[in-house]
Amino acid sequence: MSVALLNLIETTLNGLMAGVMYSLVALGFVLIFKASGIFNFAQGVLALFAALTLVAFQTGQVPFAHLVNAIFGTELHKWGPGLPTFLAILLTMLVMVALAFLIERLVLKHLINQEPIILFMATIGLAYFLEGFGDLMWGSDVKALDVGLPSGGSFWWEDVTREWAAEGSGYYGMYVDLLDVSAAIVAVALVVVLSLFSQYTATGRALRAVADDHQAALSVGISLRTIWVIVWSIAGFVALVAGIMWGAKSGVQFSLSLIALKALPVLILGGFTSIPGAIVGGLIIGVGEKLAEAYFGPMVGGAIENWFAYMLALAFLLFRPQGLFGERIIERI
Amino acid sequence: MKLKTLALAAVLAVGSGPALADLLFPSFSYRTGPYAPNGIPFADGYADYFTLLNERDGGINGVRAKVVECETAYNTEKGVECYESLKGDNPLVIQPLSTGITYQLIPKATADGIPVHSMGYGRTSSANGKVFEWVFNYPATYWDGASIAINHIMELEGGNLSGKSIALIYHNSAYGKEPIRTLEELGKKHGYKFTAIPVDHPGQEQKSQWLQIRRDRPDYVLMWGWGVMNSVAVQEAANIRFPMDHFIGIWWSGSENDVLPAATGANGYKALALANPGKEYPIYADLKKYVYDAGKAAGDGTHAGEVLYNRGMYAALLAAEAAKKAMEIHNTKDLTPAMMRDGMEALQITSALMTELGLPDFGPEFTVTCANHGGSGLGKVQQWDAEAKTWKVITDWIAADREVVDPLIAEDADAYAKEAGITPRDCN
Repeated sequence: MSVALLNLIETTLNGLMAGVMYSLVALGFVLIFKASGIFNFAQGVLALFAALTLVAFQTGQVPFAHLVNAIFGTELHKWGPGLPTFLAILLTMLVMVALAFLIERLVLKHLINQEPIILFMATIGLAYFLEGFGDLMWGSDVKALDVGLPSGGSFWWEDVTREWAAEGSGYYGMYVDLLDVSAAIVAVALVVVLSLFSQYTATGRALRAVADDHQAALSVGISLRTIWVIVWSIAGFVALVAGIMWGAKSGVQFSLSLIALKALPVLILGGFTSIPGAIVGGLIIGVGEKLAEAYFGPMVGGAIENWFAYMLALAFLLFRPQGLFGERIIERI
Repeated sequence: MKLKTLALAAVLAVGSGPALADLLFPSFSYRTGPYAPNGIPFADGYADYFTLLNERDGGINGVRAKVVECETAYNTEKGVECYESLKGDNPLVIQPLSTGITYQLIPKATADGIPVHSMGYGRTSSANGKVFEWVFNYPATYWDGASIAINHIMELEGGNLSGKSIALIYHNSAYGKEPIRTLEELGKKHGYKFTAIPVDHPGQEQKSQWLQIRRDRPDYVLMWGWGVMNSVAVQEAANIRFPMDHFIGIWWSGSENDVLPAATGANGYKALALANPGKEYPIYADLKKYVYDAGKAAGDGTHAGEVLYNRGMYAALLAAEAAKKAMEIHNTKDLTPAMMRDGMEALQITSALMTELGLPDFGPEFTVTCANHGGSGLGKVQQWDAEAKTWKVITDWIAADREVVDPLIAEDADAYAKEAGITPRDCN
């Protein structure tokens, strides 16, 4: 194979991997939108909050230590050596469930039967609150996150693909990041588990019933408030997974909340109500932006992938306003 | 009786003269938002130094310094709002801590007669004091930084860069684009091939850029990044197994935040330094006694000795010394921004002075003049030791190539003067 073709394959492969990372964030949006019709602006911040909490459990950080030390001049930092990763993840999940419960109690409960735009505005407020609260609780420092996932380029894959190039071409093999491969495996597992959960469990069926029709679900005895707690807990779990994957790449810091911006074109393209849509949308956006950056970027000065993702999503909107997998909304007047 | 008391009070008031107002040093900080991890240590260092002067010395020559923080979140619009809200309060010097904000404030502050100090950032050509009377960027500029990095590489390559390739990965903003022209000109002079690779804000995803670097295999990569862009770039460089000692960041890409997330992968990464890292300086004993232990620190004390904390402290030190110089020149302790500007323009930082201030061999010696607002243009190179989790300074002060940098500064300053209708001052 020619080196140019191998480079094209490499770019496509890395685009697919990046797309999986975007899908992980988009999944959280889809879950909440499906169950409650709320576009959860706070999903990115949930990922940040989950990752911050996980690092704190891993490292034994005292909550609000910065605040307490600054006010009282104390030297509080750690309560101990920290917890093993598995236990830290479990405890973080418990914190996310507690957060879901509080969100339902303090925010959503008071907004039942309100317009979707009101609920959307509430999630904007929630995002700002959680950003500040996370900073106060765990500090703004950049934190390294290591849950034992492999990272860096795969030597094996480089060796295998080096053979594909013509002899004497000087090709040094194809690059694929092991962390991205882990993320892809986790994303596939997540989609399978979520699909099985929604198809084969009573709670899952209740979630789908609420997604289809709130009023009808209420009339058969499904508690909307319980469902909201469950769905926000699941979104919290997805946020934790996304936070781990992104946090392992860049360290856990405020910028993690901005990964939500990467999910928006994925949602526009894949549809707000489809889990497979979030995955396929992520893959298309990932590949599209990487190919655009590699092949069109140099012609226009580079750094085009951010806006190109939105352009690609908008182009799809022209033909399918509901997204590739979204439900077509027909309103009869 | 009441009349007597009033009369006595009146006599005392007249006799003692008007009370001196505090010296106002605004701090344009960012303790929130994506750049907070960098903004917090700088703001803490800036505030703690003035607190030390107040608590230990009773202020600057006996006049207390007052630091008022204004949160910009590294957002240009908010930075301009901060300036507008503070400009009426007699601020002695504005330190915007953002190149974008600096660009916006240059014409405003010039019109209002308030000095701006963009220490190692901002518009490089503001080093030309003939055109930029109110703007200072000592002790070194971005273009000095670009040249210092190239000079360091030259030293590693035995003085010859012919046929080498150097890539710049940069934050796609006014800040990140600053060194491009200089690196292009230096490329013409030394014969290396130059490639510029932009990364959009915030820089969380850089796969495309590092795939390009992996394919092009440049001999060296320079970085002009900020915030999360830095840590992601260091991680990606480690992932593609780019030799980290051939990866050099500007001084804004060389803090602990930038390397800690990549753990051992960041080992050997280099960055330029405006001043030394660490807290092995006599001033830290005073900071502990008068600020940290007294519960008067701006933060919780965890950032002491970090690169950006030291830089904030250094910025405050330079401001305080300029204020002293202004008092000396104008023979008054009641300073105005115009007097402060004169002090900044007459600033002389010597090795003896730095030792006296408790920071021996911390920063370079330099002199500011009417024509030169950019200082000495010296920088060091520091290298990250991942095992010890510390930066180690590996060179002495390196000078920029003035033959290349100065004409570029003159050219850009002239262009600005024409555009803004400024007649350059006569500095002879």
